[in-house]
Amino acid sequence: MSAIPTELKYVSSHEWLRLEDDGTVTVGITEHAQELLGDIVFVELPAAGANLVAEEQAGVVESVKAASDVYAPIAGEIVAINEALVDAPEIANSDPYGKGWFFRIKPQNAADLDGLLSAEQYAAEIG
Amino acid sequence: MTEPKQTPFYPAHVSAGGKMVDFAGWNLPIHYGSQIKEHEAVRTDTGMFDVSHMLVSDIKGEQAKAWLQKLLANDVAKLGLVGKALYSPMLNEHGGVMDDLIVYRINEAETRYRIVSNAATREKDLAQFGIIGAEFGVTITPRYDLAMLAIQGPHALEKLHGIRPRWRDTLGCLNVFQGADMGNDWFVARTGYTGEDGVEVILPGAEAAAFFQQLHAAGVTPCGLGARDTLRMEAGMNLYGHDMDDGISPLEAGMAWTVDFKNESRDFIGRSALEQQKAAGVEVKQVGLLLESRGVLREGMEVVIPNVGGGVITSGTFSPSLKQSIAIARVPKAIAAQAQVDIRGTLTNVRVLKLPFVRNGKKQFD
Repeated sequence: MSAIPTELKYVSSHEWLRLEDDGTVTVGITEHAQELLGDIVFVELPAAGANLVAEEQAGVVESVKAASDVYAPIAGEIVAINEALVDAPEIANSDPYGKGWFFRIKPQNAADLDGLLSAEQYAAEIG
Repeated sequence: MTEPKQTPFYPAHVSAGGKMVDFAGWNLPIHYGSQIKEHEAVRTDTGMFDVSHMLVSDIKGEQAKAWLQKLLANDVAKLGLVGKALYSPMLNEHGGVMDDLIVYRINEAETRYRIVSNAATREKDLAQFGIIGAEFGVTITPRYDLAMLAIQGPHALEKLHGIRPRWRDTLGCLNVFQGADMGNDWFVARTGYTGEDGVEVILPGAEAAAFFQQLHAAGVTPCGLGARDTLRMEAGMNLYGHDMDDGISPLEAGMAWTVDFKNESRDFIGRSALEQQKAAGVEVKQVGLLLESRGVLREGMEVVIPNVGGGVITSGTFSPSLKQSIAIARVPKAIAAQAQVDIRGTLTNVRVLKLPFVRNGKKQFD
């Protein structure tokens, strides 16, 4: 049973969101996602400053097994990307909720976070 | 939907944390945590793979040699000593590859052989063995009672000596591509699918799990199908169903060296088709591709050679040893040192290399 921290929000495409003190949101992939993918070998991140709509492609995570698109879970501006992840993509396998974060987004609407899945709801979805 | 079958190593896989998947109807581990770490263990130390899904068939008959000389494109007459192994394709009448397999000479009289063939082609192979075997009166005995474990890496033999000290003398004289009967249905062959030194051990199924635990306790890393695939690709070894199949000639799949035409009176199945292909000229060949930029080459991707034509990737992956993506491809023979691959809509430059990419842990190109 993979870890699903209760303080985070989730989307069906297996990403987590953490609301930071400054109102930005950190995004990464869940432990379930990294387990499905297997060893991750490349990560492509969105450009810093890019403005994305919800569900717009925001990068690619490529494992030995397959390439998988990463999506913006909510609309907003990319304010930071995790360069360390680009250099060592395996961190997304070993620390998906910590050092394996993908990007930070400034939400267009703070209220968009309310419509997302809770830990219990995500757990129910992945079964 | 039938449940995948378990090999005799199943409890050992579960105990070692194997992530089990269905492979050709068998419940096998894809990895035990990280396929990349397992790959690295084989290149630097020792790893072990359950290969019990493969079929072991024991052959007996006065005309066993003649049968094999008809059945296989390579010539068992080359097996100069007991225990010697031969890698060969088994062709259909059109010269297509039905399977690739290894055959061992078991006795001096050349009336007993052992064949190890692929899991996915088990029924098809047995049918072909039987059809051709009937003409020669051979007995074909599939050994469903046996398990098989590959132990691969620079320290593989050392590790095996450590847990089987009485085998040291026999193993010490075992040449590459030779097997030895160790008694009580144990058979050890210095063969493998990784490009490293090592052995493939055939043993009674009842003793499998205990053997695995002993090796694990001795520091051998359990390795799954994921690592098996990245290792064999680095070593430039074909996988039936991907790099060649019933519709592909060995001459198109980098296997011309496994077809022995020398004995002109040996009419093996597929010979005339292959001779026709040679006479007409074979237009495609097998090459290695290396992607030096980011991304992963995958089976099915199109290879584009400007002013020449197109080819296809038959196997592709990320190479843990090179930390770049590699592929095996079937391409027009006029390909040069560079080509392009269509990666999800973008034409990307790749280097064209001779296989293998890696041998005994070392990169084989500049």
